[in-house]
Amino acid sequence: MATETGLSARSIREATQARIAKRYAAERRFRAYGIAAILFGLVFLVALFATIFMRGYTAFLQSAFTLPVHLDQGAFGASSPPSENDILMADYTKLANRALFQVLGVDPGNRQDAKAAAALLSAHADTRIRNAVQADPSLIGKTIELDLLAHGNVDTFMKGHFDRSVPEGRRQLSDKQLAWLDKAAASGQLAKHFNTGLFTYGASSKPETAGVGVALAGSLYMMLIVLLVAVPLGVAAAVYLEEFAPKNLLTDAIEVNINNLAAVPSIVFGLLGLAIFINFVGLPRSAALVGGLVLALMTLPTIIIATRAAVAAVPPSIREAALGVGASKMQSITHHVLPLAVPGILTGTIIGLAKALGETAPLLMIGMVAFVVDFPKTPLDASTALPVQIFMWATAAERGFVERTAGATLILLAFLICMNVTAVVLRRRYERRW
Amino acid sequence: MSTPLLFLSVFALGGIGWFLGNRRARASVEGKTSRLHSRPGYYGAYVLLWTTLPAAALIVAWAAIAPLVITSLVDSRLPEAVRSGPEQTRTLTMSAVRLIEKGFSALSPEEFEKTLDPATDIKALLLSKGVPLAVTPEPYAVDAARYQLTLKNSSRVLITISALALALLGLVFALFQVGPKLRSRNAVESVALAGLLGCSMVAILTTLGIVLSMLFESVRFFSIVPFTDFLFGTVWDPRFSAAGASGSSGGEFGLLPLLWGTLYISLVALLVAVPVGLFSAVYMSEYASARVRMTTKPLLEILAGIPTIVYGFFALITFGPLLRDLGASVGLSISATSVLTAGLIMGVMLIPFVSSLSDDIINAVPQSLREGSYGLGATQSETIKRVVLPAALPGVVGAVLLAASRAIGETMIVVLAAGIAPNLTLNPFEPVTTITVKIVSQLTGDLEFNSPQTLVAFALGLTLFVFTLALNIYALYIVRKYREQYD
Repeated sequence: MATETGLSARSIREATQARIAKRYAAERRFRAYGIAAILFGLVFLVALFATIFMRGYTAFLQSAFTLPVHLDQGAFGASSPPSENDILMADYTKLANRALFQVLGVDPGNRQDAKAAAALLSAHADTRIRNAVQADPSLIGKTIELDLLAHGNVDTFMKGHFDRSVPEGRRQLSDKQLAWLDKAAASGQLAKHFNTGLFTYGASSKPETAGVGVALAGSLYMMLIVLLVAVPLGVAAAVYLEEFAPKNLLTDAIEVNINNLAAVPSIVFGLLGLAIFINFVGLPRSAALVGGLVLALMTLPTIIIATRAAVAAVPPSIREAALGVGASKMQSITHHVLPLAVPGILTGTIIGLAKALGETAPLLMIGMVAFVVDFPKTPLDASTALPVQIFMWATAAERGFVERTAGATLILLAFLICMNVTAVVLRRRYERRW
Repeated sequence: MSTPLLFLSVFALGGIGWFLGNRRARASVEGKTSRLHSRPGYYGAYVLLWTTLPAAALIVAWAAIAPLVITSLVDSRLPEAVRSGPEQTRTLTMSAVRLIEKGFSALSPEEFEKTLDPATDIKALLLSKGVPLAVTPEPYAVDAARYQLTLKNSSRVLITISALALALLGLVFALFQVGPKLRSRNAVESVALAGLLGCSMVAILTTLGIVLSMLFESVRFFSIVPFTDFLFGTVWDPRFSAAGASGSSGGEFGLLPLLWGTLYISLVALLVAVPVGLFSAVYMSEYASARVRMTTKPLLEILAGIPTIVYGFFALITFGPLLRDLGASVGLSISATSVLTAGLIMGVMLIPFVSSLSDDIINAVPQSLREGSYGLGATQSETIKRVVLPAALPGVVGAVLLAASRAIGETMIVVLAAGIAPNLTLNPFEPVTTITVKIVSQLTGDLEFNSPQTLVAFALGLTLFVFTLALNIYALYIVRKYREQYD
């Protein structure tokens, strides 16, 4: 009997230990799942940023030829000094090509060669020279060194995205052109420079002269409108709901509405803008004003919720002290509560603005998918926005636009990171624990 | 005066009123402001409000009503034949009248005199002012346009005089009331309070605007395409809108393929987001040290802050081709834009929506529940699985529902990564399309607001709105109900 009990006791212990080991293994597995889940998210985050950076950083450089352009007196008509019209109408492409032929050693008489060499320059080259001449007409007759943008294909080649092994007939650049480019690159006359055009140009069908400048201007207008519309409205609504609202059906309805608006798909706001602001009120399509109003309505819930939290965090003692010295409720709020809540309101506003800046879908509804070349002068002019520009480039076919898209995405992300960091810093620095 | 200028002058008067009210209040107590009921600024504000508010209200009301009155007056001038004629000739005549009137307003007085002479070629005259007319206008249209112009001019003179008069009247009226006994603070603050209430009504107005605009346009759509064809149709083939043709134009507007694509992609997204988000939340709230939690939580939340266009671009350029190549290497044909591409990327975007909310909810489960479980000998993971998660379940379900509503309403990822072909397929490697994609594609480009091709976007938007609204309300209801249990 005794041995039997001993045996069973041991077997029980073994069984228990085996079960405990199994349970502990399950515990470790469970923990590992958690770590794996977090790592999955973080790895994706890193991969996303890394790919966009890898594809986009080259957009901040642009290939250009440094050419000695001779501003031949003969190109500017007979009169000396040339009239403004002569300066405007002169054939700058010819001057640019002449300088290029000289550098590459191309015989201008050989028409086939000349055509192939001229194709290496961007169509933007003539604007560049004209601007230089218009700025200083005394240059005419002299030879000046100018950086002239290379064609998009040359830029792709310079950035190493060009596959020489493809048969000549199916390549964008012929063997002869490649030889010229190698020569120019070796002599330093073809090089990559910092791409200021990315920040100043507007829409263009040629990747080398496409930039986000106009889109940035449109986004800026919209952010201003969001600030001017959403912040006063949002703060006023939040103060009312937090400090004055009686508990009744109306205020309940308002609260439910605000919570729901925060979760309505953004594209629905675009439809609202199209139906109300454009069709009903008759504001122009593609206008920054309409985009700003739509984004303001979208941002409103964020600002209201943030302001309510900030106002609620101000302790009642402050209010009571103000009331005690004879202030009215309105005075206690405008003179004391709101100034103390400003950091919280600002943080919420910045986060709301950052969200609005990256929003694309509602802007597609109100016609901001537009090919806008000129800077919008007023918020009523046709304009586009940074994320919409990204969308348009993302669907463009040419190779050069992929890099532009990633570059523009980097600019957008940089803005968002700056805004969010500002919000975090503001919160850390001015947040008061009562 | 034009309306903005009129507003400006009324507000300038208000500024003068503020200054005068302020000064009069001080003068009435010989500078001893402590004897005033309110601080002097409130007297100024009192006068300012009396000056600007009634006048501004009048201007706004006038701007809303006057055009309607003018139109009906002009309408009554038109010959009987036009007024009782078919709707189309009537609108044509009215737009011609509007055009002629626009041209007339650009004429100098002498030229305008000339238009009274029947021999004048009005068409040529207007063309010289940059207003092209298709045909030589009928005499009655010219007459109506002249009448409309006169009405508009006199309306403008009338509103200018009456608004300025009302502003002055308010100013004088309020100024006479100013004195130490006037409770100006109370009056000003009650106006301010009404203003605050008005601002908070914007939320309701926005919702109302969304619902009404969608309903209005959808009703127009359903008057062309039967409701049941839209809701139960299995073919989406809108065709192009025929120019000028309203009425049925042959397209088929079946919602089902789009709805299927939307739900399928959302399902794939949730299959990624729910396990990953939930496990992250559990790890962060139950296992991780405070420091790890402080760094990983904001890092994961970055995923929610990245604009969706960036995800879409990533899917289009990198992830879609990657999946396609991976599939090709194991002998699967995965299309670069597919349910899988869009769903996986969207799932990553949704991780923080699930994890942050679940994290809060798991943290809200009282510690005593865990300790009771440990006391019975359970390991930590057993406690989480058997005690904490069941207690947090309603909240977690709420979080998942909120994530689902995000997934259904998401636009840019699916526009770039899901494809545009409506496809009732079970195969996750094929492209499908969603409601949001079709809203975008029906509304970009040239629009004509009478064609079902355009109006269908609003019906789709209404569907989307109803779907997400129902999900949101249900999710908020669940979350709120759960939160009350431990508070």
